[in-house]
Amino acid sequence: MPGSGAGAALVLDEPLSFWGGVDPGMGRVIDRRHPQHGERLAGRVLVMPSGRGSSSSSSVLAESVRAGTAPAAILLARADPIVALGAVVAAELYGAAPPVAVLPAEDLARIVTGHRVAVEAAEGAAVVRLGRDTLSPP
Amino acid sequence: MPQLNPTPEERALLSGSGGPGAALAMRIVSRMAEVTGAERLLPAASAHIDGCLDHGPAGLEFVERLVEGGARVAVPTTLNVGSLDLLHPGLYRGDRATAARARRLMDAYVELGCRPTWTCAPYQLPEARPRLGEHVAWAESNAIVFANSVLGARTDRYGDFIDISAAITARVPDAGLHRDENRRAETVFRLEGVPSRLLDRDVIYPVLGHLIGREARSAVAALVGLPGPVSEDRLKALGAAAASSGGLGLVHVVGVTPEAPTLDAALGGRPPVRELAVTPARLAAARDELNTAPDGPVGAVSVGTPHFSVAEFERLVPLVREHPPHVPFYVSTARAVLSQVDATGWLAELEAAGVRLVVDTCTYVTPILGPVEGPVMTDSAKWAYYAPGNLGVEVVFGSLEECVVSAARGRVWRDPHLWDGA
Repeated sequence: MPGSGAGAALVLDEPLSFWGGVDPGMGRVIDRRHPQHGERLAGRVLVMPSGRGSSSSSSVLAESVRAGTAPAAILLARADPIVALGAVVAAELYGAAPPVAVLPAEDLARIVTGHRVAVEAAEGAAVVRLGRDTLSPP
Repeated sequence: MPQLNPTPEERALLSGSGGPGAALAMRIVSRMAEVTGAERLLPAASAHIDGCLDHGPAGLEFVERLVEGGARVAVPTTLNVGSLDLLHPGLYRGDRATAARARRLMDAYVELGCRPTWTCAPYQLPEARPRLGEHVAWAESNAIVFANSVLGARTDRYGDFIDISAAITARVPDAGLHRDENRRAETVFRLEGVPSRLLDRDVIYPVLGHLIGREARSAVAALVGLPGPVSEDRLKALGAAAASSGGLGLVHVVGVTPEAPTLDAALGGRPPVRELAVTPARLAAARDELNTAPDGPVGAVSVGTPHFSVAEFERLVPLVREHPPHVPFYVSTARAVLSQVDATGWLAELEAAGVRLVVDTCTYVTPILGPVEGPVMTDSAKWAYYAPGNLGVEVVFGSLEECVVSAARGRVWRDPHLWDGA
């Protein structure tokens, strides 16, 4: 998904379902079984292997954008249409959405929670910067 | 990167020939085709919509834009649960502004031409069941798994927005689980040493599903060693659990589901990526993961996630007759199933015993449970998975019989022989 966003990284140890896993009002992880339960997503660059579970997650992501609690960008190891769709619809409704990009797992593994990450995504390509390094998309 | 090459008709929709609502729907479908790498769109025969559940103003703003833009669904379309029980409005305990928005959302989907079925189990409606091999646009994770696995229809893991967009355009991207190569099993689960009497218990199926979803994550799974036939209710419980703990959309049950007459057929001739033995010890561990509280007092019971079938009511009625509940006991179901249950006289009997029937919605997605003193017991792995986060309750998992007897006693009751051999 095109767009740009930057912030401190939040690296999730497990896939996260936005629906049932994120409160869009607070922008926090509420899935009590998730290792990052309680972490704030708002304004951070969310790094996770993939989304998980419910197909309502697109709505929760779009709602987070409306409420101003969405991540600044989302980086995934595997393409996740449910996450991408939430961003597509938020862009239709609100004119902006966090960029969503897929990176090779070995590049994602270099990102540690707290690292500053900048994402600039255009049609079909994304540039992800970790500090002074550029991580390339697949 | 492959490019979507729209047909003349699709181009016309994009440029507004069907009005601004249809153009928005076509843009969404086209964007998702690009994201999923589809080079063309396929005709969709039906749709099942999950977007009618309120998640805040964004969902309503989207559907209002479709309504104002003159959109209508182009294929038979069923609706998943909303946030309100329209037949028992007094059950809702949330605030009035949220209820009003949730009601408007449900009405707006009906205005688009969707059928007000309000169920997460559309496969329990005979007229809504897609045929083997048919491409459909179904949303709701348990309905997706059921359509793909049990019915052999083809739907990708659709969610809010794309579901109604596909219904309006009658098109889905040629990607994901619509394509043969993505329907082949990658993770193989092999039952080992699980006694057949355990496999003949309903309680094993949600636990199996929970284990499969957790281990397979998003990969297509195959389960080997289950003697057929397996009832649709058991497959429903297995699939719903797998799609909660994991992100998968298809579980082949070898010898049971239509695309898996053999393991080889399920694998599509390739070797499995991963194989896992399902032992009694693994099952017992998966079962224990579903509890967030120890056995003790029970504050309420909730069953019917996914929505209870007529066959499940048939099992519940004699149990409740013998053990009427002393704590709130909720059963979620479809209004179509409720009217069948009413015709048999069971509804009157259940209500007289104090059982609270919930239709059009579900107890774990909306504030229906009152203040609960103690954990809530359920026979649904999906409910057990989501309710603690959604509702802030503790949860205890058990069989339907354990739930009914526990509700009668106000304390968790365990069938001492239920898990013999595990």
